[in-house]
Amino acid sequence: MSIDSAIIETRDLVREFKKTRAVDRMTFSVAPGEAVGYIGANGAGKSTTIKMLTGILKPTAGHVRTCGLDPMRQRVEVARRVGVVFGQRSQLWWDLPLRDSFAILGAIHRLDDQATRARTDLLVEQLEMGPQLGTPVRSLSLGQRMRAEIAAALLHSPELLILDEPTIGLDVLSKQRLREFLVAERRERGTTLLLTTHDMGDIERLCDRVLVVDHGRLAFDGTLTGLAGTVGAQRVLVIDLAAPTADLDDVPGATLVESESDGLRQRLAFDAESTTVAAVLAHVSSRHEVRDLTIEEPDIEDVVRLIYAASSRT
Amino acid sequence: MADVTLTERLRPYRVLLASRARAQMQYRTSFVTDILGTVGVGLAEFAEVWIIFHNVDILGGLDFTSAMLVFALSNLAFSLADMFVGHLDQLPRYIRAGQVDAFYVRPLPLLAQLMTSDLSLRRIGRLSVALVVLTVALTRADIDWSPATVALIVLTVVSGTAIFSALFTAAGGLQFFLVDGAEFTNAFTYGGSYAAQQSQQVFPDPLRIFWTFVVPTAFVAYIPAVAILDLPGDHLTPHWLAWCTPLAALLAWGIAGLCWRLGTRHYQGAGG
Repeated sequence: MSIDSAIIETRDLVREFKKTRAVDRMTFSVAPGEAVGYIGANGAGKSTTIKMLTGILKPTAGHVRTCGLDPMRQRVEVARRVGVVFGQRSQLWWDLPLRDSFAILGAIHRLDDQATRARTDLLVEQLEMGPQLGTPVRSLSLGQRMRAEIAAALLHSPELLILDEPTIGLDVLSKQRLREFLVAERRERGTTLLLTTHDMGDIERLCDRVLVVDHGRLAFDGTLTGLAGTVGAQRVLVIDLAAPTADLDDVPGATLVESESDGLRQRLAFDAESTTVAAVLAHVSSRHEVRDLTIEEPDIEDVVRLIYAASSRT
Repeated sequence: MADVTLTERLRPYRVLLASRARAQMQYRTSFVTDILGTVGVGLAEFAEVWIIFHNVDILGGLDFTSAMLVFALSNLAFSLADMFVGHLDQLPRYIRAGQVDAFYVRPLPLLAQLMTSDLSLRRIGRLSVALVVLTVALTRADIDWSPATVALIVLTVVSGTAIFSALFTAAGGLQFFLVDGAEFTNAFTYGGSYAAQQSQQVFPDPLRIFWTFVVPTAFVAYIPAVAILDLPGDHLTPHWLAWCTPLAALLAWGIAGLCWRLGTRHYQGAGG
């Protein structure tokens, strides 16, 4: 990842409020086309970072570049090349039909009428918003409004899309549609994504890289699998056996977590790097009759909690 | 961007303002009642002038007709400014709604976006009252009409609107700092409007100097009216001062620009 081509670059970025350091010597860079999940507890410094990336907030110290530009000095140019969705704030005009918001944003971004219409049609089709175009924004459901916000942020075809809690409060179906759209948008246009979320489903479905921020500091930077590996999060194999069985505490590479109903159901934790599901299963089924099995993936919320615990000890 | 024409450059703002007008027209009944409401405000304010001159013939060197002219000029300028930028002093509401952050991620200057984010067409009511009173005053008054008189009247309305707009902008800038500072800034915007519709001679000198050279609302109506009507005036209102109204507007905008810059710096520093 060359520094020159990075779409986001921060070096020793610091932001202090009266007494607290909201962002503490943050250094990371994002290459064009990446999809990065930016996660952390409330107040960890996520929104502060986003505000510094977009020129809303002035850094106390350090270096920040968005699309190669200084967001404080070149805010307008940054705004032309970046789309931002604030999950709990609206970019739309609540008292007018939805289509008017797209027309106004087109004028704001100085697209001509034809370009605005073509881009609106495309986004509306992809996000399946056709029936809502004539509806006043204030009457849209939350799911419809979020899709409209994303369409609004993408109207000017930005290189970078920043999403701050895009799926907050959405039902399962709405979340899924939104994620599918973002995956397609990225595949087709190579748009870089930076999203903050509390929803690990967003990260799993959308991101190939995770940044974990804790107390303003970068606690982890890598893949989701790597994140699980770092804290030694283990997968758990749940085995249902045909007959009550003694504790399976002799399986190589696995440890017994729990045994229920006289050993009819046993849970074995194992590290994905030291053994495989197949090996554990082969070992068990060579001695006992296995009726059923399920695999429990590490809970990412737990993983993040472990990261916090680890970084607060240091 | 140098070859972009002015029309092109202003297009986003035209579209924004048109959308605001459209939004208000959607609720025709409430729009009409709103207009009637501001007509009522205008009439109530005028009633005050009428009652005073029902009891006295002359106040602060003005008779009823002259007072009508002062009233009309100041109300005209104030309602025009209020219509276009009166919402600037509602800044804390915009901040709380996250609207200011949304403005920051759009490729237009923040102040220009805020100014065009609303257009209070209902102020047309008060504007109409001012226009009627202006017409009556100009007809009743014994004015020695010349091109210079007409020019002075136009100059006064334009500069007066600019002065009040500057006050609203300064109020907006200050409200980046002041939590619920509307009461404080109202003293200058609405207070300035009230001071502008009086004969300045009713104020003691320190106050007159304040309303002339610090918050220059005396230039909105009284100083030009004295010149238009060819009244004697006094030591603080020589006739040539009426032609300095644009300078007063510049002074007001200088202060407004300063307040606004300080305000946005504070916002970018405090995080809103």
